Amino acid sequence: MTDVAQNSLDAPALRPDARGKDNVIIRFESITKRFGNLPAVDNVTLDVREGEFFALLGPSGCGKTTLLRMLAGFETPTEGRILIDGKDIANLPPNRRPVNMVFQSYAVFPHMKVTDNIAYGLKMDGVSGNEIRRRVDEALELVKLGGLGERMPDQLSGGQRQRVALARALVKRPRVLLLDEPLSALDAKLRDQMRSELTSLQKKVGITFIMVTHDQDEALAIATRCAVMNRGMLAQVATPSDLYEFPNSQFVADFVGRVNMFEGVLEKDEQDEAVVRCADFSAPVYLDHGVTGARGTTVWVALRPEKIEMHKRAEGQTPFKMEDAPQGANVTPGIIREIVYLGSETNYEVELEGGRRVKTFRSNLTRYDQEDFTHNEPVWLAWHACSPAVLLS
Amino acid sequence: MEQSWRRAKAAFAAIALPPLTWLLLFFLIPLAVIWAYSFGENTGPVTIDLTGTFANYLRAIEPIYLEIFWKSILIAGLTTMLCLVIGFPVALAIAFASPRTKTWLLMLIMLPFWTNLLIRTFALVAVLRENGYVNFALEWLWNNASWAMTLAGFQPLGEFEPLKLLYNNAAVVVGLVYVHLPFMVLPLYSALDRMDRSLMEASLDLGAGHLRTILLVVVPLAAPGIASGVLITFIPALGAYLTPDLLGGTDSQMIANVIERQFKRANDWPFGAALSFLLMYLTFIAIAIQTTLQRRADRRGA
Repeated sequence: MTDVAQNSLDAPALRPDARGKDNVIIRFESITKRFGNLPAVDNVTLDVREGEFFALLGPSGCGKTTLLRMLAGFETPTEGRILIDGKDIANLPPNRRPVNMVFQSYAVFPHMKVTDNIAYGLKMDGVSGNEIRRRVDEALELVKLGGLGERMPDQLSGGQRQRVALARALVKRPRVLLLDEPLSALDAKLRDQMRSELTSLQKKVGITFIMVTHDQDEALAIATRCAVMNRGMLAQVATPSDLYEFPNSQFVADFVGRVNMFEGVLEKDEQDEAVVRCADFSAPVYLDHGVTGARGTTVWVALRPEKIEMHKRAEGQTPFKMEDAPQGANVTPGIIREIVYLGSETNYEVELEGGRRVKTFRSNLTRYDQEDFTHNEPVWLAWHACSPAVLLS
Repeated sequence: MEQSWRRAKAAFAAIALPPLTWLLLFFLIPLAVIWAYSFGENTGPVTIDLTGTFANYLRAIEPIYLEIFWKSILIAGLTTMLCLVIGFPVALAIAFASPRTKTWLLMLIMLPFWTNLLIRTFALVAVLRENGYVNFALEWLWNNASWAMTLAGFQPLGEFEPLKLLYNNAAVVVGLVYVHLPFMVLPLYSALDRMDRSLMEASLDLGAGHLRTILLVVVPLAAPGIASGVLITFIPALGAYLTPDLLGGTDSQMIANVIERQFKRANDWPFGAALSFLLMYLTFIAIAIQTTLQRRADRRGA
């Protein structure tokens, strides 16, 4: 962990990663890539550890794909170094790097049958015929394509083509497997299935995977650790749950999952208690932890919809203030303005007294739950004092 | 779309009729006349009897003419091969050039089309003849080498003998390659430009160098483009007339030169017609071969 601690963006390891070994396999050192004058990747320093399933997550144009392509050797960094196993790979052309890539379009050679596609990389390495046959069969079994080896790519479905691309890369036993938006071209059902297959595949082969994705669900579901990128820079590097529960900025809180964001001013900040006054609430927001900011600082309170409870409020009942709420809770009155029934859950938009709307939802635990609340119904919104994340930027 | 076309028969006819009439009057009918002539006999200076004889065809497959056919195929084949060898790297370079450079390079390829073939061929004569630019350059090199050798204390090289670059088969091939290169480069370029770049990157990623990537991935995938380039170069080269006429020697005649002589100097239209149709059948065979190969490639899923 010592060498990883250099990375200031690495959130404190609250939960030791069960699978990750500690040695660094890939290191990006102050990597900058400019196209013309535009920086696509801007001074990125990042370590990936052996055995991780690492995700580069961000909106399109954030530089995540450029970072991956620099690792594969298709782009050259303008500044900085990339190290694999401690060795600078600047002078290695793509065909000599110990990494292999699964392309977004899969890039399965259309003029070769499945086995020839998978054998291609081994032939290039001069592996003997028998060895090739053995390893190709093994790879076919690994990606569950046994029996389809003689097919041509145009006789395969999209999902099967992706498996060919996976097998073709894995058969070379790379130090790191790179995946460029691996699930984006699949339909929703197949995508769910492929998610869990990728995870189990990675466990089985024990190779470090680095995946590029713009889909935060995908990153949270698959990766052991994620780097969120924005405008060429790293925004946060953390485990999926830390990204979601402990975002370090408005950008991360907003990009990963849904969030209600309230701008406010820090009124009180102590070791185990903080108070933020937000214009959207008539009463201040209580927090049961300190936020390390000076009094009077502008902060943002990020509150996830699922962390807000909704309770019935009788018409005419005195709206009690957050100050009056039981210890450890925040309560504020509102009126339901929008109801979207989604089957497993129902989304609600609740208008606060000041007019601001707050998103929340309820799981439909019984078949009658969605009937509990109706349009324009007065409600209480309540959340625990530990639930909001307070963001300084 | 199709439905409405079918319903508006009048509109369809109005649009299709003029070109069809044109084709019929000025292409199909003259072609039919020539075809009929090929089964006829000369009975006077300008009269031809359509007797249904096969004599013209029998004469056309006499060894002397077969040899010229064969030679035309060889020269056209060699031209096509050279065009492919020279044109492939050019097409590859254009496909990978930056968008700005690409436009300029493509324009350079197409520039010769804007110049008359006769002028281009005479320009080549000026380059290749005994007192042409190639020989000038060689002479300059020769004289300087000679001068350098005397400086170094050796005997001078002697008088420069200009190379005879014109009026032989090599000159014909050079001329044909020069004229037909764009026909090869353009279809190759369009095939290479359309190719999915990630396929080449995948090949590099899997450990192949650039050469093996070109041989194992780029060339097989560009096969349809190569086939159409070959065909579109071979067919006009096979019927080339002007180039062998102006650049060739006495033994460099191609079949088109023989046909021309039958229609003009020999005034033997029936025989010329028979030769013409044999040439056309050869072209059809070439197209048929290409189509078959293409269909086989399509079925393979390339």
